[in-house]
Amino acid sequence: MTFMKTLFGAGTALTLSMTAALAEPGLIIDLGGKFDKSFNESAYNGAQRWLKDSGGAYKETELQSEAQREQSMRRMAESGANPVVVLGFANASTLEKVAPDYPETMFTIVDMVVDQPNVQSVVFKEHEGSYLVGVLAAMASESNVVSFVGGMDVPLISKFACGYAQGVKAVKPDAKVIVNMTGTTPTAWNDPVKGGELTRAQISQGSDVVYAAAGGTGIGVLQTAADEGILSIGVDSNQNHLHPGKVLTSMVKRVDNAVYEAFDTFEKGEFTPGIKVMGLNNGGVGWALDDNNEPLITESMMATLEETQGRIISGDIVVHDYTTDSSCPAF
Amino acid sequence: MNKMPKWADVALIPAINLLLALAVSALVIAYIGENPVQAMKIMIKGAVGSAYGWGYTLYYATNFIFTGLAVAVAFHARLFNIGGEGQAMLGGLGVALVCLALPWPHWTLALPAAVVGGALFGAAWAAIPAYLQAKRGSHIVITTIMFNFIASALLVYLLNNVLKVPGSMAPETPRFIEGARLPTAYDFGAWLGFTRSAPLNVAFFVALACCVGVWFLIWRTRLGYEIRAFGQSEPAAVYAGIQPVKITVIAMLISGGLAGLMGVNAVQGEAERLIIDSVQGAGFVGIAVALMGRSHPVGVLIAAVLFGALYQGGAELEFEIPAISREMIVVIQALVILFTGALDNMVRAPVARLFSGFGKGAA
Repeated sequence: MTFMKTLFGAGTALTLSMTAALAEPGLIIDLGGKFDKSFNESAYNGAQRWLKDSGGAYKETELQSEAQREQSMRRMAESGANPVVVLGFANASTLEKVAPDYPETMFTIVDMVVDQPNVQSVVFKEHEGSYLVGVLAAMASESNVVSFVGGMDVPLISKFACGYAQGVKAVKPDAKVIVNMTGTTPTAWNDPVKGGELTRAQISQGSDVVYAAAGGTGIGVLQTAADEGILSIGVDSNQNHLHPGKVLTSMVKRVDNAVYEAFDTFEKGEFTPGIKVMGLNNGGVGWALDDNNEPLITESMMATLEETQGRIISGDIVVHDYTTDSSCPAF
Repeated sequence: MNKMPKWADVALIPAINLLLALAVSALVIAYIGENPVQAMKIMIKGAVGSAYGWGYTLYYATNFIFTGLAVAVAFHARLFNIGGEGQAMLGGLGVALVCLALPWPHWTLALPAAVVGGALFGAAWAAIPAYLQAKRGSHIVITTIMFNFIASALLVYLLNNVLKVPGSMAPETPRFIEGARLPTAYDFGAWLGFTRSAPLNVAFFVALACCVGVWFLIWRTRLGYEIRAFGQSEPAAVYAGIQPVKITVIAMLISGGLAGLMGVNAVQGEAERLIIDSVQGAGFVGIAVALMGRSHPVGVLIAAVLFGALYQGGAELEFEIPAISREMIVVIQALVILFTGALDNMVRAPVARLFSGFGKGAA
C-alpha cells in the first residue's frame, strides 16, 4: 500500500513536472496570414519579442479556413500549450464551446469578450485611436474630403470608422467623410485589389486622405494612395515604412502588447482571466510617428494631437463607441 | 485488360497509385529541406496513431463518404456531378434550418428531420442542372460547377442578412439548442479513448447506412439496374424502354441528396451552427474518392477513410513542422488525387500487361 502510494506520488510528480516543462504558450494566427503587415503581423511581432526577451519557445499555427478554427484551437490546447492566444472576433463562438473542455488551459482572445472562467478577453478602444488619426487627417486634407476603407462590414470596423469621422468633424465640421467596406465575409480581410479599387473610387470623389482598417486589404489601399499621390493612414501595425513620406501615420493597435503580456504574465504566474481594456491611457492604441512620416507632421498638428490625446485620457473628450448603440453621431 | 484479377483492380492498382503519390510527395518534402521519413511518420501517427487522430480522421471520412457516394451514384448513370460542393452547402443550410426551426427535445428526433432537410436541399440544388441536362442537353459538368458558385453566394447572402445573430459580428447562425446537437464519439465511444475534442459523431453511422443503401439501390433494385443500364449505353437503355429523362433526373436527385447529407455531419454534428465554408472542399474530394473507390460503396468507404487520414495527418504535419505550410499539405493531397484519379491508366496499362504476360506464361 505504502509502496503503491509512493509509486502514485512519483507518477503524479512526474506528470506535474512534465506539464510545467511542456507549457509553452501558443498563438493561433488568424485568416489573412502571418505577414499581413497589420493585425496578425502585430500579434506575431509580439510573440517574437517575447521569444527574444524570455529565451523560451512558443507554438504557432496559421488558420486557412473558417471551418478549421475549432480543430486548431483544440489541437493547440491538447498539445499542452498554455496560454493559448486567439486573434479576432470570429473566434468567439468557437472559444465559448472549446474553453470549458480545457479548464486547465488559459485562453486569451483579442477583440471580443468571451465570458468563461479561463478566458482573458482583450478589447481595444479603437475609436479613441481612430479619433486621433481623424483629427490628423482633417488637418492634412486640402480638399476637405477624407475617406475610410474598412475590411469586413462588422460593428468592430464601424467603430474605427465612427471614431475617425468624429475626429475629422471635430476639426472641420463641414468636411466630408466617405466610408466604404470591402465585403461581408472574412475574405474581405485579404483582398488588396478590391481595397485599391475602393480607394480609386474615393479619390475620384475628391478624397485626399484615406484611412484603411482592413487587415491585408489595407496593403492595396496604401499602395493605390501612394500611386495616386494622396496620403494614407495605416492600421494595427506601424505601416509608415510601407510608403515612406506617403503614409501620414498609422493607428497602432498594440495587439503585440496583448500577446506579449499574455505570454509574459502567464510565465510569471500573474495571468488573470477577465476583460482587459486597452486604450489611449494605457498605450493600447495610439498614432505612429517615426522617420518615415516626420516630414508630414507639422508642429501645429503635433501640438493639436498632443492636446487632444490629453483631453481624451482625462475624459474631457468622450469619443462615441459605435458598438454600444450601433449608431454614429458623425455619419 | 480483362485478364487482370479482381483483387488487382480494386486493391493493387490503388495501392501502387498511392505509393507513387507518396513517393513524389517525399521528393517535394526533401526538396524544401525537411526529412520525408519523419514527415510521413508524423502524418501516419497523427491520423491513426491515437483516439484523437481517429476522431478527426473518421470525421473527415464521414464527409467524404457522403460526397463520394454522391459522385458514385451519378457516375453509374454516366453523369459527372461535380456540384457536390454546392449541394453539400445547401444541404448544410437545410440541416441548419431544420435544427433552428423547432425546439427539439432530443437528438433522436432532430437527426431524422435533419437528414430529410439536408437531403431535400441537396437534391433540390441538383434538380435544376439535372433538368437542364435531361431536357435541354446543357452539359452537367458546366451547370453543376456554376451552381457551386451560386450556392456559395447564396450562403454568404443568407448568413449575412437573414440568419446572422443580431449584433454579432461573425457571419454564422446561432448555435443549435441542446436537443438538436448530435452525440459525439465521446458520448458513445469514451471507452475507446475518445475525448471531448473528437468531432466524430453519430452522422458516421448515417454514412455507413448510406453505403449499404447505395449498394442495395444500385445492384439490387430495378431503378439501380436502369441507372446502370443507362450509364453503360444510352441507346440500349432506350431500346429496353428506359426513359433517359427520368433516369437522369432521378440519379442526380439521389446524388444531390447524398451530398446534402454531409451537412448532418459538418453542420449539425461538428460546428453545431452554420458557418461560411463548412464544406471545406469535400465536394471535390468526393470526386477523387469515387474515382479511387471505383464507384462501389465499399471502395468509397475505404477511399474516404484514406482521404480522411490524409486530411487529418496533413493538419498534424502542419502543426508539428511549421516549415511545411498549409500549401504543402494541399500539394500532397493533390498528388494523391492526381495519381489515383487522373493518372490511373498510367499504372493500369502496364500492370494489366504484366498480368496478361503472367497469364500467357502460365498457360
